[in-house]
Amino acid sequence: MATITTLPAPSHAGEVLLAAEDVKKYYGDDRSPVLEMVTVELRDGEFVALLGPSGSGKSTLLRILAGLMPPSEGRVLVHGERLDGPNAQVAIVFQSFALFPWLTVLDNVELGLLATDLSPAERRARAEQAIDMIGLAGYEEAFPKELSGGMKQRVGFARALVVHPEILFMDEPFSALDVLTGENLRQELLDLWAEHSIPTRAVLIVTHNIEEAVALADRILVFGANPGHIRVELKGLPQADRRAKNSAHAQLVETIYQIMTNPELDAAELVQQRSMTARGTEPKTGGSRARRYQTLPDVSIDDLTGFVQYLATVGGRGNVHELSRDLQMRADDLMALVEATDLLGLVDLQNRHVLLTPVGQRFADADLDAEKALFRQIALEQISLLRYVVRELETSPTHTLEAERVLDDLEHSFSSEEARRQFETVIDWGRYAELLSYDDSSGELRLDEEHRVPELPT
Amino acid sequence: MAQPIIPVRTADGRLAPVPPRTTSRWVDVAIFAILGGFTYGLMRTATRWSAPLEPGTQIDLGAIHLPLYAAYSTLRMSIAYVISLVFSLAYAKIAVASRSAERVMIPLLDILQSIPILSFMPAVVLGMAALIPGRTVGLELAAILLIFTSQAWNMAFSFHQSLLTIPRELSEASTVYQLSPWRRFTRLELPFGAISLIANSMMSWAGGWFVLTASEQFPLKNLRLPGLGSYLQAAADAGDLSATLFGLAMLIGVIVLLDQFLWRPLVVWSDRFKFEQSGAADAPSSRVVELLQGSALIEWMNLHVWRPVWLWLDRTFGNAAARTRRFTLPATYRRGGRKAARWGLIGVGVALVLWGVVATIQELAGLPGGQWAHVWLSAGATLTRTVIALAIAAAWTIPAGVAIGFNPKWSYRAQPLVQVAASVPANTVFPILFVVLLSIPGGLNIASVLLMLLGTQWYVLFNVIAGAMSIPSDLREAAVVYQVTGWRRWRTLILPGIFPYLVTGMITATGGAWNASIVSEYVSYKGHKVMTLGLGALIADSADRGDFPLLLAGTLVMAAIVITGNRLVWRRLYTLAEARFRLD
Repeated sequence: MATITTLPAPSHAGEVLLAAEDVKKYYGDDRSPVLEMVTVELRDGEFVALLGPSGSGKSTLLRILAGLMPPSEGRVLVHGERLDGPNAQVAIVFQSFALFPWLTVLDNVELGLLATDLSPAERRARAEQAIDMIGLAGYEEAFPKELSGGMKQRVGFARALVVHPEILFMDEPFSALDVLTGENLRQELLDLWAEHSIPTRAVLIVTHNIEEAVALADRILVFGANPGHIRVELKGLPQADRRAKNSAHAQLVETIYQIMTNPELDAAELVQQRSMTARGTEPKTGGSRARRYQTLPDVSIDDLTGFVQYLATVGGRGNVHELSRDLQMRADDLMALVEATDLLGLVDLQNRHVLLTPVGQRFADADLDAEKALFRQIALEQISLLRYVVRELETSPTHTLEAERVLDDLEHSFSSEEARRQFETVIDWGRYAELLSYDDSSGELRLDEEHRVPELPT
Repeated sequence: MAQPIIPVRTADGRLAPVPPRTTSRWVDVAIFAILGGFTYGLMRTATRWSAPLEPGTQIDLGAIHLPLYAAYSTLRMSIAYVISLVFSLAYAKIAVASRSAERVMIPLLDILQSIPILSFMPAVVLGMAALIPGRTVGLELAAILLIFTSQAWNMAFSFHQSLLTIPRELSEASTVYQLSPWRRFTRLELPFGAISLIANSMMSWAGGWFVLTASEQFPLKNLRLPGLGSYLQAAADAGDLSATLFGLAMLIGVIVLLDQFLWRPLVVWSDRFKFEQSGAADAPSSRVVELLQGSALIEWMNLHVWRPVWLWLDRTFGNAAARTRRFTLPATYRRGGRKAARWGLIGVGVALVLWGVVATIQELAGLPGGQWAHVWLSAGATLTRTVIALAIAAAWTIPAGVAIGFNPKWSYRAQPLVQVAASVPANTVFPILFVVLLSIPGGLNIASVLLMLLGTQWYVLFNVIAGAMSIPSDLREAAVVYQVTGWRRWRTLILPGIFPYLVTGMITATGGAWNASIVSEYVSYKGHKVMTLGLGALIADSADRGDFPLLLAGTLVMAAIVITGNRLVWRRLYTLAEARFRLD
């Protein structure tokens, strides 16, 4: 692995290769957006990272830019021309590798070349060259199922690079790999890119991993959720600092952590406080962002209670970064936990520190029954969706409710996929709180009479 | 790029070591002989097809003629199967491509699947014979059409389901790398659906034998197709027991040969299409495939025939104008023309349906009230028989199937046997049992239940065995450890474990039982006809007498009962099974 000496052209210098203008994406008729008013440009020589929690629409944006799905509003321009189908300038490396299990490595790589005018012999030669370059020589005749995860993703890279794409897209390309394998592959890719061994002119990576974005990108777009939008755009580190564990590196990672762990704060302000140059694109609150319910993080009760108990054992406080390491959790999974416990008032998030609140301490100390009673009380106070469901159950003469109705209602505020997730989370929490029961086969919610709460807080 | 037609890879995907060539000489000779025989049969049949139609085609009961009859029957099955396959692929593709088409096409399949094919036999045979007058080819087409209607629906269902479940990222990769429609089909869609398509093809083929023999047996103005079905019918009419046994042996022989030489190798070959990211423990195997792999002839054909043909096909269709799909622009941009065309299409569809409804009502209006009472009475009788037959089938196949399924040695041996038993059309066995059955008290009234059972119990047995085998051994061990025995073991472990499989088997069996009622409540033997009260008998009899209003009424009622049963009972049980008792 050679040291990098030649640097790609500085960002914002090159010609605009690909642009999204005021792109919006929504599903269903009620127009609740998954992606709102996004404008981005991808220029010659740039390596851009889209960073954000799950559900922030970054993968959706990638698919819109690749021409895999049309935007609901706005437009995508390729070299200034409006895109209305698959983007021929783009190759994608997928999170799940997306290899054809019935084709050999060589056939999988050649797949990208089938649509070209090359003769079969030329196709083979180019595929073999790509396989060679990416370190797969000797595996040509193997089938994907014989390969390890890292090797599979190498095939994914070879298949993408063999077509000599102008722009390379990567959708969480290393997240299905173990840490060392991912790190190794990332470095090799970075070398290919930095040494101009590949004719690719720009790279766009979608990731939820802050370190990864900092290590790779010239520009980092931090996404926020509900609906997906760009919170802030940050300039990446100079090439030399990206691998080094120096203060500039640490500071940028820290800044991004702060932004991501404070979803409600104005990211641009935060950045300014940390005296970073940044261009804030935080949309004004209100309008379609207002929702009837807060978004419940996709967190199971087991993880939630386990997390509070763990916090209690480590003295009631912890640093997000260290917690993520000690619990061996991905940063965004941990953030979901923090968000959920914060929502319930069990913890407080200050800077990057998670503090157990007095209620949280009581929760951790309680035995199972007391724990449930406490949870019941705070969940009803804090979770608007749960409160709504329980109130509906209370007012129904039979104390039952069709799941369909709740789902329909949720679909006014969320995509149908997200609505289902919200529904499942509220059922999970409501069952644990012994507020309701749910029969999946009949699709019926039923009030748990034993623990009826006589007066509901409003 | 080319997929070798015969597998030459081991289960883990590497090229198989080249086996020694000691045994391959006679294999080559055998392949040559089979090809020669096949070509001869094809030519013989082709000359017969264009021959003028002579009433009263004589069926020669000499055993020496049996191979030729078998060849005729197999050819009919093969042609119908190829048509079914093409139909299924096209139907599923269209349904997936267009949301609005799908909303009509998939429920339509469901209805088509529930209609008793045999009641259409007279109409189809007469129609086809009239369409191509004077030639046997009309009769042949009628038989093929009927077999097609018994094979196509479940295959189309299976491929549609496969297309819907293609992983999103694989589909996106095909789009990003701009695969042409042909290549998307051959590299992604067909491989992804192959395993389920082949499994359903085997089922379709098994069901096809029933319709084939029935349609060959069907005498219409003395017209008759030569084949195994007509041979067996002629043997029954002549009361020639040895000819009947010979014919039956030939039929079973053909079924076993096809299983060994066609379906098993296909199952082995399609294992490569299993959608998995890591190697599997046990891959299917076939003796025939192992034998063929040693054949120099096959290898030569792979290299010099199949591969060039495949490459040529792929070049020709694969490169053909890879028209990339464009997005539909927002509604405001949409041209009026497309909208008009769509409404026009819907209009034509509605008009056709209306016309059909009016014509049906007109036909049925001529039916006196007393006849209707008779239809419903018959329906009740057949419904009772179906329920009894299914109850008997469940009563013996559940314990037997579980016993077999829990014993790996038995299930290994029993499964192919059951599969063959399910393929043998029950109507061909009737003549042998007939004398015995008619002598039991109750006559055909009771006997027809047993005849129904004969055709349908195998589906249940087969599925129960598969269900018992699917119960994980740690669950069974847990039952032993916690001393869950006797009835409690059945209630908590076995019945929930086999439930989804049992429901699948029962659905197939129910459809089969209704269809079988047409041949089991109305039987002709030694020249005279015996019938009992029942919807099947009503359909068969009215078809025979050319009483079309009654035939139509009977058919509609039967279809309605089957569909209602599916909706009210089976689909609910199936959803329940999927939601609660799926073990994976």
